[in-house]
Amino acid sequence: MTWSATARGAQQPDNTAFTQQRLPAWQPLLSASIALPLFFCAGLAFIGLGLGLYYSSNGIKELEFDYTGYPGTSNCTVCAEAGQGRAPPPRCSCAWYFTLPELFQGPVYLYYELTNYYQNNRRYGVSRDDSQLSGMASALRHPVNECAPYQFSSAGLPIAPCGAIANSLFNDSFSLWHQRGPGGSYVEVPLDRTGIAWWTDYHVKFRNPPLVNGSLALAFRGTAPPPNWHRPVYALSPDINNTGFINQDFVVWMRTAALPTFRKLYARIRQGNYTAGLPRGSYRVDITYNYPVRAFGGQKRIIFSSISWMGGKNPFLGIAYLVVGSLCILMGFVMLVVYIRFQDQHDEDEDEE
Amino acid sequence: MSTERDSETTFEEDSQPNDEVVPYSDDETEDELEDHEPPTEPEQNRVNREAEENREPFRKANDRSFHEQPQFMNTKFFCFKESKYANNAIKTYKYNAFTFLPMNLFEQFKRAANFYFLVLLILQAIPQITTLAWYTTLVPLLLVLGITAIKDLVDDVARHKMDNEINNRTCEVIKDGRFKTAKWKEVQVGDVIRLKKNDFIPVSELFSRLSWRDFLWSLCVIAVFCFEQADILLLSSSEPNSLCYVETAELDGETNLKFKMSLESTDQYLQIENSLATFDGLVECEEPNNRLDKFTGTLFWRNTSFPLDADKILLRGCVIRNTDFCHGLVIFAGADTKIMKNSGKTRFKRTKIDYLMNYMVYTIFIVLILLSAGLAIGHAYWEAQVGNYSWYLYDGEDATPSYRGFLTFWGYIIVLNTMVPISLYVSVEVIRLGQSYFINWDLQMYYPEKDTPAKARTTTLNEQLGQIHYIFSDKTGTLTQNVMTFKKCCINGQIYGDPRDASQHSHSKIEQVDFTWNTFADGKLAFYDHYLIEQIQTGKEPEVRQFFFLLAICHTVMVERTDGQINYQAASPDEGALVNAARNFGFAFLARTQNTITISEMGTERTYNVLAILDFNSDRKRMSIIVRTPEGNIRLYCKGADTVIYERLHPMNPTKQETQDALDIFANETLRTLCLCYKEIDEKEFAEWNKKFMAASVASTNRDEALDKVYEEIEKDLILLGATAIEDKLQDGVPETISKLAKADIKIWVLTGDKKETAENIGFACELLTEETSIYYGEDINALLHTRMENQRNRGGVHTKFVPPVEEPFFPSAGNRALIITGSWLNEILLEKKTKRSKILKLKFPRTEEERRFRTQSKRRMEVKKEQRQKNFVDLACECNAVICCRVTPKQKAMVVDLVKRYKKAITLAIGDGANDVNMIKTAHIGVGISGQEGMQAVMSSDYSFAQFRYLQRLLLVHGRWSYIRMCKFLRYFFYKNFAFTLVHFWYSFFNGYSAQTAYEDWFITLYNVLYSSLPVLLMGLLDQDVSDKLSLRFPGLYVVGQKDLLFNYRKFFVSLLHGVLTSMVLFFIPLGAYLQTVGQDGEAPSDYQSFAVTIASALTITVNFQIGLDTSYWTFVNAFSIFGSIALYFGIMFDFHSAGIHVLFPSAFQFTGTASNALRQPYIWLTIILTVAVCLLPVVAIRFLSMTIWPSESDKIQKHRKRLKAEEQWQRRQSVFRRGVSTRRSAYAFSHQRGYADLISSGRSIRKKRSPLDAIIAEGTAEYRRTVAS
Repeated sequence: MTWSATARGAQQPDNTAFTQQRLPAWQPLLSASIALPLFFCAGLAFIGLGLGLYYSSNGIKELEFDYTGYPGTSNCTVCAEAGQGRAPPPRCSCAWYFTLPELFQGPVYLYYELTNYYQNNRRYGVSRDDSQLSGMASALRHPVNECAPYQFSSAGLPIAPCGAIANSLFNDSFSLWHQRGPGGSYVEVPLDRTGIAWWTDYHVKFRNPPLVNGSLALAFRGTAPPPNWHRPVYALSPDINNTGFINQDFVVWMRTAALPTFRKLYARIRQGNYTAGLPRGSYRVDITYNYPVRAFGGQKRIIFSSISWMGGKNPFLGIAYLVVGSLCILMGFVMLVVYIRFQDQHDEDEDEE
Repeated sequence: MSTERDSETTFEEDSQPNDEVVPYSDDETEDELEDHEPPTEPEQNRVNREAEENREPFRKANDRSFHEQPQFMNTKFFCFKESKYANNAIKTYKYNAFTFLPMNLFEQFKRAANFYFLVLLILQAIPQITTLAWYTTLVPLLLVLGITAIKDLVDDVARHKMDNEINNRTCEVIKDGRFKTAKWKEVQVGDVIRLKKNDFIPVSELFSRLSWRDFLWSLCVIAVFCFEQADILLLSSSEPNSLCYVETAELDGETNLKFKMSLESTDQYLQIENSLATFDGLVECEEPNNRLDKFTGTLFWRNTSFPLDADKILLRGCVIRNTDFCHGLVIFAGADTKIMKNSGKTRFKRTKIDYLMNYMVYTIFIVLILLSAGLAIGHAYWEAQVGNYSWYLYDGEDATPSYRGFLTFWGYIIVLNTMVPISLYVSVEVIRLGQSYFINWDLQMYYPEKDTPAKARTTTLNEQLGQIHYIFSDKTGTLTQNVMTFKKCCINGQIYGDPRDASQHSHSKIEQVDFTWNTFADGKLAFYDHYLIEQIQTGKEPEVRQFFFLLAICHTVMVERTDGQINYQAASPDEGALVNAARNFGFAFLARTQNTITISEMGTERTYNVLAILDFNSDRKRMSIIVRTPEGNIRLYCKGADTVIYERLHPMNPTKQETQDALDIFANETLRTLCLCYKEIDEKEFAEWNKKFMAASVASTNRDEALDKVYEEIEKDLILLGATAIEDKLQDGVPETISKLAKADIKIWVLTGDKKETAENIGFACELLTEETSIYYGEDINALLHTRMENQRNRGGVHTKFVPPVEEPFFPSAGNRALIITGSWLNEILLEKKTKRSKILKLKFPRTEEERRFRTQSKRRMEVKKEQRQKNFVDLACECNAVICCRVTPKQKAMVVDLVKRYKKAITLAIGDGANDVNMIKTAHIGVGISGQEGMQAVMSSDYSFAQFRYLQRLLLVHGRWSYIRMCKFLRYFFYKNFAFTLVHFWYSFFNGYSAQTAYEDWFITLYNVLYSSLPVLLMGLLDQDVSDKLSLRFPGLYVVGQKDLLFNYRKFFVSLLHGVLTSMVLFFIPLGAYLQTVGQDGEAPSDYQSFAVTIASALTITVNFQIGLDTSYWTFVNAFSIFGSIALYFGIMFDFHSAGIHVLFPSAFQFTGTASNALRQPYIWLTIILTVAVCLLPVVAIRFLSMTIWPSESDKIQKHRKRLKAEEQWQRRQSVFRRGVSTRRSAYAFSHQRGYADLISSGRSIRKKRSPLDAIIAEGTAEYRRTVAS
C-alpha cells in the first residue's frame, strides 16, 4: 500500500479520484430525520392539493343528456329507429328540452360524448395520412396504405382525407335555443364553433393543400370524399378558414381519444348575451341525428359544462390526492412508532456488542 | 525431470499411501479431467489414429521441396492444396477488411438475444401485424450491434498488429548453404536454424487469449525477450556434448534450469555451417500433440536410424540459457507446436448470475408469450363482441375474429418485446468492462517493486468475485515468495541469528551485518548477528568455519560466472540459499568440474577432489558428498532432515540435545531446517566402499535401490555440526489476508506439490493452522469416511438413489479443525486408483455375456460408491476450517477444485503462479494468477492476475463485493424498469379492445431504453458503493451477502417484476382516472390519446429515474447529472419531436405535433404526473425505511455509523498479534522434492573441461559406466 509519487512505474495506474473510486459523493441514508418529515410534509401537501382539486371539481357544473335514442329515453328514439340498419341513415332531427332554474355560470362549453367507441383501436388509429393532412400535394394524390380500405374510392380516385378516422367523422349537429320566459319564443344561442381545436393542430398539423387558382375546390379536384361523407372536404363549411382539412370539427375529430368513452368539444358559448353563461330559462337543443352508434352498443350524449383552472369536472384526482395524502400521514405515524420502538432495541443490541 | 521417477513408483495392492511421492505422472491429466465424454471415445481415437498413420509424418532437413510433395498436401478445394504442415506464421485475427461486416454480423446474430430482435424486426416488416414503427426495434438493435462491432473491430485490429509483430521477428535460417536472417513466419518445417543465448520462445497463449485490453501489456513482454517459435530438434550447440540449458518456466513453471542433449552423431558432425547446410537427415515423428514431456521419433541419417526422445527437443516457449548458440531442425511449426496444442482448451467461463440472468430472460420470454396469447384471445373475443359490429373499424378484410386474434398475438409480441431487455446484455458487458478497468486501475493492487498492476484478464466474471466460497491456493510463489533466506543456524549447540552485537549482547535496534570484508558477498543477505561474524573471523571455534565450509561444498548447485559475478543455479531454492549464505559468510563456492570443487575459504582458494556425490532423493532425505582435501584426507559431508540424520549420528555426539532444542525453536518459528554433519573416512574404508559403490552404479536392475543401500553403509557414525534454519519467506500480509478472508466466511484450501511437513509449516506460518487447531491426516479421514460409508450402507444402501441426505456432521464438537492430506491419500480416499485398475480390467475382452453384465454392474456399483465417497469427502472437508493438500499433482489440484464445484455447488477461486496451477485455475470458477513472477502460464490462463497474494482480499472484499452489489442492483432495477415500462401497454389493452395499441409514442419506445433510462443505471452499476473500501475490508462479514446469493435470486427477481407490475399499474390507472371524462383547461381536446401517452411517458420517465436515485447509495456528481440529465433529455427531445418544425419536415414520422406543449401547459396534467410519481415512489421509501429500521442489514448498520467508524479509524492503530505457542511440531527439512544435479555433475557432460582431471580415474570410470548403462 505504499507507492511513491516520485519514482513512478511505467505500468502504475493513475492516482485520480475516479480511477481509485474515490469520487466525492453524497451518500444519502434513509434516516428517520429524512423519511418522517418527508411523509408528513407530503401528506399535508397532498391533502391540501386534494381539497383544492376536489372543490374545484365540485364547483364545475355539468348538464348532460343522452340522445342515443334507446327506447323510452328521449324523442331521439324515432331517429334512432329510423336509422337502424340503413346506410346512410335518413336525415332526422330530434330535440332536447331543459330548464335552468338559475344562471349556468360561464363560460359554458358544449360537448358531445360517445361511449363504447374505440377511437384508440390501433387499426383505427393508424388509418390516417398525416402527410396528406399537412397539405402535401403528393400525399393528397397518393394516400398511404394504412388508409386502406379508405385509400381509393371505388372509382379509383384517391380519397381525401383518407382513412377510417376521417371516414367516421362525427356528423350530428346541434343548435341551442333559449326561451326567456314561459311561452316565449326560442332565440338561438350563438355557438362559437371556431377555436375548438388546438392551436397547433389548426395551424401546424392540419393544412389545406395549396390553392389552385385561389380555389380550394380545385385543389381537391381529382380526389374523392370518404364514402360516408355527404359532401366533399372543401365544402365542410362556407368559411374559407374552417373548411378543408382545417375544418375545426374535422380537426377535433382527428385528434383521437385515449379511451373508449370520450368527449369532444363542439362549441363554446361566449357570445352576445351569453358571455356570463346561460341565464335561467328554458332551452331546447335541436339535434340533427345522423351518427349511428346503436349498432355497436354505443351512446351519444350532449353535455354543457363549465370549466375551472383544472379543466373539466373530474373528482377522481381530488379524491386520489386526499386518499394518498391521508395514507402518507398514516404511514408517517406508523413509521414513527416503528422507529421509536426499534431504535431503542438496536441501541441495546449495539451496547451488548 | 521428476516424472520419470514418478512413473516408476507403482502402487502395491494394499500398501498404505506414501506421503512423500507425488502420486503419478500427469500424462493423462488433460484428457482425463474432461472425462465426461461419451464412451465412444476410444473408438474415435482409433479411427483418428488410423487416419494419422496414413499421413506419413516426415520432416526432411534442408529440403523445402520435400514437404511440398503431393502426399503431404491436403486437398482443400478441388484444386487448391494446402500443406499438412502448419505454417509458422501466426494468425489470430478473425476478420479482414472485406469479411468484417458480414462475418461480424453473422457472429452477432448467432447470439440468441440479437437473433430474437432480428426476428422481431422481420415481424415488424409484415404489414398485417406490425404494431410498432420499424425504428422502435431497429434503432436499439443497431446501437447494440454497433457497440459490439466496434469492440470486435478494435480487438481485431490489435490482433492484426500483434500477428505482424510476431510474424516479422527474425532468426537465422540456412538458405542456400548459409545462415541468413529470416522472418519467423517464413520458417518452415525442416529448416535448420540457429538460436542464440536468451532466445525466447513465444508464449502462445498470449495470442490465443489476447484481447485489445491486453494489447499494450503484451507488447511489453515481447519487447523484453527475443522470440523463438517452433519445436526444434537440437542438433548441436556451443557447449560440450552439444548440451543446451533451457528454462521452461513458461511451459511447466519450474524455474530451475534443465538440460537438453543432442545425439552424439549430430553433435560430432554438425557443428559448422557447411555441414549443417548439407545435413539431409529425415525425421519421422509423432503427430503433433500436447504432451510437453513426451516425444517419439526417429532420425534417419547416413543409413542409420537414431531414436529421438523429448530430451532432444527444444520446445517453443522455453528460454535458452548458459548456451551461446545452438542449432536445430524445425520439427513442428506454428499451430503444431506442443505449447500451441496445449493452449487450445480455454474454457469459456460464465458467472452464476449469467446463468440466472438467462433463466430469467427465458422466464420473461414465457411471460411474454403467455401475455400475448392472453391478449390475443381477448382480442378475438372483443372482435366477436364489439369489433365486428363497429362499423367505423371496418378495414375491408373480412377476417374472422380468431384470425384477428392470431395476428394480434404477433402484434403483442412486438409491442411487449421490451420486456425482454434488448440492452441488458450490452449494459451488463459495459458494466463489467468498467469494473474490470477499476480493478486494473487500482493503485492498492499495484505492486510497485515489480511495476505490476492488477489485471482483469477476463472482463466477464467480476460479480462472481463477490460470491466466492472456497479459495484454492497454491503454496509456492503464491503464499510464499519462493525466496529462501538463510535466517539462523545452530553450530555446536549454539544458536546464531538473533540480532546481537559482536560481544553477544542483544539489542532491539541493531544494524545489519556488514559483509564488505568478503569480496564474494552479494550484499543481499540481511543478517543481524554480529557475534557469528566475529566467530567466523576470529576462527575461535573451528566448527563454525567447518559449518559454512560444509554448506559450500555439499550441494549440487551449478555455478556460472559472468563478469566476475557468481551466479548459482540450484535445483531447489533451499539449496541455493544455503550455498549463497556460505558464500556471504566467507566460504564461496567458485567452480566445479566433473570431479573437483573449488572453494574460496575466507579468501584462500582451495580445490577439493570429489570422490562421490550421494544424491538426494525423497526416501533418503539427505545428501552427502565425499571429498579428498588437498591434504589428502577423505571426508564425508552430509546434510539432511533431522529425523534421518539423528538416526545416523555417532552415539558420542555432545551437542545432540542442544541441537535438538534449537531445531524445535526453529520449527516453532516455522523455519525450514536441515542438519549438517560430517565424518572422516580412512583410505581403506573408502576403497572398500568405493568398490561396492562402483558395482551398484552399474547394476542393471534396481540400481537406485542398490545405490541407496550402498549409501546407507557409509552414511553412519556421523558427527553433528549443527543445523540451518531457512525461512521460506511468506509474502507480505499473507496471514492478515487469510484471517480477513476467513472472517468473510471464505474457506481456504492450500494445494501444493510440496511435502507434508513444509506445507504444514506454511500452514502455521500463515496462521491457517493455529495451536488450537486439531489436525486430521489421511488415515483419520479414511477411517471417518469408512464409518460413514458403513452407516450409509446400513441405512439403505448406497445404491438406492433416493437416500435421504445425511446431514449429520462428521465432527461432533465445534472447534477449529484442519485437514492435511497428501495426494496419495487423496487417491486412496477417492478410490481414484481403483478406477485405474478397473480400466486395465476393461481391456481384457469379456468372454461371456454374463461376465460382461457382471462387469458393467460392478462398474456401475463402483461408480456409485465412488460418487458417494467423493461427496462424503467433500462434506467432511468442508466442515474443516482449513484444508491442506500436499504432494498433489496438477491434475489432482484440478480434481479437488472440481469436487467442491460439483458437490458443494459453491463458487470457487483458484490462485497460483506456476504452470502446475494452470489446470486448477482453468477448472475453478475464477482463476487468479500471480504475475510478476517468471512463469507466465498461470497468468495467461487466469482470469485475474496481480503480483501479491494479499491483493486477493481487496479483489474479493472490495472489488468483488462492489461488483456483485452493483450487478445485482443493476439487474433488479433493469427488470423493474422494463416491466414498469412495458406492462402499461398491457393495462391499456383492456381499454382499447386488445388491439395492440401502444400506450406511448413510438419515439418514446425507441429511446426509452437507449436514452431516457440507461445512463443512470449504468453509472450506478459502475460507481455505486454502499460502504467504502476501507469499511469493506474492516468488516469482512459484509461479504456474506454474495455467497448466499442474497441480492439477486429468483425471489428478488420476482419482487422486481412485481414492483414493475405495480408501478405500471399505477402509471396507467392514475392517469386513466384523471382522464376519465375530463377536459382540458381551456376546454379543448380533453382526453386525447396523445396527451394521455405523454402524461404516462412523463410520469414513467420521472418515476424510473427517481427510483434509480433511491437505489443509488453513492451519489457522485455524475450520478446526479445523469439522473436529472435523463429527465431533462426526455423533455428536451420530446419538445423537439413535438415541435412544429420537425412536423413540417417529416409529417408522418412525427405525429405528436404540439402534444407536449399543449398537455404540459396544464396544471392538471402535472398534478396527475406528480401524484403518479408519488404513489410509485413513496411506498418504496416507506418499505425501505421500515425494513431498515426493523431488520437492518449488516451494511445498513455500518452505513448508519459511518461517521463514527471513520473517526475511530483515525486514531485506531492496528495491533499485531504475536503468537508464540509451545509446540512439539516436527521440523521440516529443507530440500525441494526434486533430485539435484548429481547425475549430471558426475556424468561430467555439463562441465567444461578446463582442467584435465588427473587423479579422478575412478570417478571418471563411474561416470563412464553410468552413461553406457543409461543409454
